[in-house]
Amino acid sequence: MLDTMRTLFLTFLHAFRHRVTIQYPEEKPYLPPRYRGRIILSRDPDGEERCVSCNLCAVACPVDCISLQKAEVEGRWYPEYFRINFSRCIFCGFCEEACPTYAIQLTPDFEMGEYVRQTLVYEKEDLLISGTGKYPDYSFYRVAGVRIAGKDWGESEHERPPVDLRTLLP
Amino acid sequence: MRQPPFLAIILTPLLILGLATLLTWVERRLLGLWQDRYGPNRVGPGGMLQAVADGIKMLFKQDWIPPFADKGVFVLAPAIGMMTVLLSFAVIPATSLRSIAGNLNVGLLFILAMMGLGVYAVVLAGWASNSKYALLGGMRAAAQMISYEVFMGLSLMGVVMITGSFSLYDIVAAQSGLWFIVPQCLGFIVFLLAGIAETHRLPFDLPEGENELGAGFHTEYSGMKFGMFFLAEYAGIVLVSALVTTLYLGGWLGPFLPAAVWFVLKTGTLVAFFILLRAALPRPRYDQLMTLGWKVLLPLSLLNIAATGTILMLRAPE
Amino acid sequence: MSDLLSISALCCHDGAAMHILAILSASITVVGAIMVITRSIAVHAVLYLVVTLLSLASVLSLLGAPFAAALDVIIYAGAIMVLFVFVIMMLNLGQPDSDREKEWLRPRAWFGPAVLAAVLCGELFFGLRDMPDAGPISMITPRDVGLMLFGPYVMMVELVSFLLLAGLVTAFHIGRYRMEDR
Repeated sequence: MLDTMRTLFLTFLHAFRHRVTIQYPEEKPYLPPRYRGRIILSRDPDGEERCVSCNLCAVACPVDCISLQKAEVEGRWYPEYFRINFSRCIFCGFCEEACPTYAIQLTPDFEMGEYVRQTLVYEKEDLLISGTGKYPDYSFYRVAGVRIAGKDWGESEHERPPVDLRTLLP
Repeated sequence: MRQPPFLAIILTPLLILGLATLLTWVERRLLGLWQDRYGPNRVGPGGMLQAVADGIKMLFKQDWIPPFADKGVFVLAPAIGMMTVLLSFAVIPATSLRSIAGNLNVGLLFILAMMGLGVYAVVLAGWASNSKYALLGGMRAAAQMISYEVFMGLSLMGVVMITGSFSLYDIVAAQSGLWFIVPQCLGFIVFLLAGIAETHRLPFDLPEGENELGAGFHTEYSGMKFGMFFLAEYAGIVLVSALVTTLYLGGWLGPFLPAAVWFVLKTGTLVAFFILLRAALPRPRYDQLMTLGWKVLLPLSLLNIAATGTILMLRAPE
Repeated sequence: MSDLLSISALCCHDGAAMHILAILSASITVVGAIMVITRSIAVHAVLYLVVTLLSLASVLSLLGAPFAAALDVIIYAGAIMVLFVFVIMMLNLGQPDSDREKEWLRPRAWFGPAVLAAVLCGELFFGLRDMPDAGPISMITPRDVGLMLFGPYVMMVELVSFLLLAGLVTAFHIGRYRMEDR
């Protein structure tokens, strides 16, 4: 009985406590930078698309909401289209983990409610941002030994020149 | 006894229904307050129109009767619940002048009778739904409410013995010196607990038991039929609070302020206490509830009657 | 029919409204009682019984006994009938049960009691035919009931309390026996 009275009293005292509710639209909560919200496609420091359309994100996606098609310009791969169906997306972040080029990234933005379901299918132009996202200095084509326009084999960072197989000289 | 104006008879039930609707909002705000959050505060001033929004939502829901239910009884049950509670208000005196039924000389018994009939709402809803969770809820309700009616009636007897009348006016008038909560504190506690059990409010809401019975007796109800159960429950809270006020807290009596204000003030405090109980206490197990009733409250109320009777006998002039 | 007439005779001096009310509640009582014995679903029968008891209560209160009316509602309609419903819910009767019940209710079984009841009914009518007018209604307050119970009828009260005590002890005994059995 005394315990009950004590419980009642303590609960009553909560009337004078600070309320933990954050009044959302007026008052935004703090979201950490690694919060998993809206997905974006980032660009490398040169302003080119980072995505090399390797399809690893689409494979990693547990709900199969990513769809893309590879295209190629002078050795440089890029997605012809890149489509994320956000009405399916569960914001698990597996695509970000799978991405070898840091192209696909999750942002702390979550306010993407829509009245029409179709508008939740984001195309490449919706996804692509002009910045580098969380990795400002990384550029895949600068470090990878892929030949593209303006960069031949062996010209990447930390890459030795290619071995000439036909010569006998050391 | 002057006849109450016809308009009052129409308006009082509407007022009580409005109050019950508002109470759904008040309860959610108060629960929020005691749980360090806000509760509904968006619709209207302070969220006050949330109750209206809920009402509109309920009105426009499909009024579905399950095909396996007993149709007649299924429809009848919520009506009984609403009606018994509203009828009980007829004899509650808010001030020395105002009660719809006038000074009924068996007013207290009338309220007990209505509460007794109110059991049917829950029991019949449970039976007519023809589903196992509803049936379990209905059976719990039958056992719980019948048991607690016993203690409720017995705990009142102390008050009736002191006053010598079943009329609620006489009972309030007899408290002009000292409120009955002091000489009848045992009866007060028993009556309060029985009142909570009788309105199947938390923590004694075993007939509903959301987490073990779905929603208990109103599992199968939707739309406005559920709304009637809902409103009847809140009107029941107001009724029990008003009754406790009348019986133990001196009704409309009090200094300085007008009678009606005192009545509303006391009743409102008790309603808030009911909500505090919901915020603070967990639901007991079913056997614990029955043990509390028959092994603690029944002896307490009998003791109260015996003590009151003895003291009245000793004090009585020869 | 004659009991209806006697009630209306009692009430007629209170105006036509009371007269009609009395006849109405008395006829609801009778209709409800007939419905009780003709319903095949037990809960419906119990509900009609509740209606019967409620209308009986209103007849009682029209006759100037609001205390008896209130007790009628509290105890019979409010408590005992709920227990009936409770038991019906516990038993969960189905089609085989109602078939068996039909089998029990053969003419052989109900003919004897029906004849006896008819005789009793006739006797009632005969007795009520030349009842003296009860005169004006006097209100019976709870105080009067209490004084009667603990005055002239104290023996009955004691006997009933013995009976209830016996019932209580029996219930306790049966309940305890079951507990040890388990």
